[in-house]
Amino acid sequence: MTPRALIAEDEPLLRQGLQDDLRGLWPELQVIGAVGDGERALNEALQRRPDLCFLDIRMPGLSGLEVAQALAEDWPPGEPFPLLVFVTAYDQYALQAFDAQAVDYLVKPLQAERLAACVQRLRARLAERALPDALPRALDQLRALLEAPGADSAAAERLEVIQAGVGSVVHLVPIDEVIYFEAADKYLRVVTAEREHLIRMSLRELLPRLDPQRFWQVHRGTVVRARSIASAVRHESGKVTLTLRERPERLTASRLYAHLFKGQ
Amino acid sequence: MSAWPLLAGEAAPGRWRWLIWLWRELRVGLAISLMAAAFISTMFRDPFLRTLAYSLCIGLSIQFLIEAGRYLGSAWRRRRDPADPAAGSLWPGWAWMGPWSVGAAVVGYFGGSLLADLLTGEHHTRNPLGSDQRPLSLILMLSLGFTLSAVYFFYSRGRLATLQAATEAAQRSATEAQLRLLQSQLEPHMLFNTLANLRVLIGADPARAQTMLDRLITFLRATLAASRSGSHALADEFARVDDYLALMAVRMGPRLVVRIDLPDALREWPVPALLLQPLVENSIRHALEPKVEGGRVEVGARREGDELVLSVRDTGIGLAATAAGDGSRFGLRQVRERLATLYGARASLTLQDAPGDEGGALATVRLPLASAP
Repeated sequence: MTPRALIAEDEPLLRQGLQDDLRGLWPELQVIGAVGDGERALNEALQRRPDLCFLDIRMPGLSGLEVAQALAEDWPPGEPFPLLVFVTAYDQYALQAFDAQAVDYLVKPLQAERLAACVQRLRARLAERALPDALPRALDQLRALLEAPGADSAAAERLEVIQAGVGSVVHLVPIDEVIYFEAADKYLRVVTAEREHLIRMSLRELLPRLDPQRFWQVHRGTVVRARSIASAVRHESGKVTLTLRERPERLTASRLYAHLFKGQ
Repeated sequence: MSAWPLLAGEAAPGRWRWLIWLWRELRVGLAISLMAAAFISTMFRDPFLRTLAYSLCIGLSIQFLIEAGRYLGSAWRRRRDPADPAAGSLWPGWAWMGPWSVGAAVVGYFGGSLLADLLTGEHHTRNPLGSDQRPLSLILMLSLGFTLSAVYFFYSRGRLATLQAATEAAQRSATEAQLRLLQSQLEPHMLFNTLANLRVLIGADPARAQTMLDRLITFLRATLAASRSGSHALADEFARVDDYLALMAVRMGPRLVVRIDLPDALREWPVPALLLQPLVENSIRHALEPKVEGGRVEVGARREGDELVLSVRDTGIGLAATAAGDGSRFGLRQVRERLATLYGARASLTLQDAPGDEGGALATVRLPLASAP
């Protein structure tokens, strides 16, 4: 079986350079796609199911980390999860988090020796690869990365009241009344017991301003108030369904966050 | 260590500190009193020690009054306006100290003479209204001269202290600004990505690699120089912006389109070095890099009346989407601070949504044409 790889890197020269270097070091590797932004990386990967993904961390659209997060959530159960290699120019925090868990990470400029070592490691991993092992390992790695203090999430002020404008009226929603937040395109749905509001803010901006003890991220697009969760039901696919106290709808917690519901 | 720490003004144990203070305050008065005593005793052939006693009493009384005036005046000034920069210098200004000194000279002269009479048990106080063999004008002039010298001494000392404090503050803030400028311009992400591109180009296209390396060299040299020097010609400013954008164009490929427009008439106008750099960098980092399809950066200059108008426009993701990041705000603050330091209220930086339907942001810097920075 020839291993198949996807490369996501927004700078064209670097994209080409990595492809050329890989061809030299690993002739039987087949690069099935080289894309320049996060959205396309996610779509390509989900469609074509590569064995390896080289993901640049800073990319337009979705960042490399966000692509990995989305892949972990949407990857079809039963399929072998790709080995992920992150590429970054200078994200020292991510690198620290990586040291413990990584399949591998590369810093730019890529150096020939370092890339050769990476190829070695990937080959070994592919050879010994067994499905039940790959995904949990990837999930652990991702969790460590997402919890690492990113350079841009430096202690933001906690949000106490949310302002949601509708026409000329601005509704003020105390943070304690919010049951969950859900990402919807460029907006966020803010759901309380009685009603819901739309605010123009991304989940990425919101997260550092929430108290992580009170609000849990359970999916890449959902943050729930912990006190509002009534029960959690585990499924075979690894996903978890949550029922809420004040709302009839159910929420899904992805595999990446299923560890929050241990049922001890 | 000197045997006379008080005279030498060296560090002394805490309990002697007040003595040092007293010596510092009194040494001027003592010196002038000594000179006056020597002068008078030679001129009128009076016994030196007696003259000295009078001279010291008068001199120290006058100095006491001057000091009282300085402390009272400064305290009053501080209470009226605590933010007054002169309030801390113990110099309340000539408007207060001028009349006070004349009063202090007259009162100090008579007060000091009476004190000397009491101390020596003699009666040598000159009555200005009575008859005396010595010209009263000379005595009063001596006393006034004494007063004015002492006051002038305090005035210069206060001014020196204020100047010194201001110089130190300015130096500190300039150093900090330079450091921040350097840090922001040598941003590691930019540097390593550029080097990564260079590394690929060396193998793929050596000629282009050389061009890119040259651009990087001028960029680095300008960055290091600009954090030290003040201003350069607008043509140089645009050349440095062009270097930076050329590096970015290699990195971003077809996602970046650059337009630079500098009218010939404005080429030689001096501008603060690398003033536009943070604005161009914001356009790249916060507006175009996050946009999947990329876009255009336009840098321009024009003259509007007495103003030089520099503009950086992009077709990026727009201000509403970038507002969250504080990296861009840092760059803007830096430009605003430099403008405020160099031109005060006569220069400005505005950031707004770009006109037209292409979206993006427009940063505009306005500088007074009349004065060079």
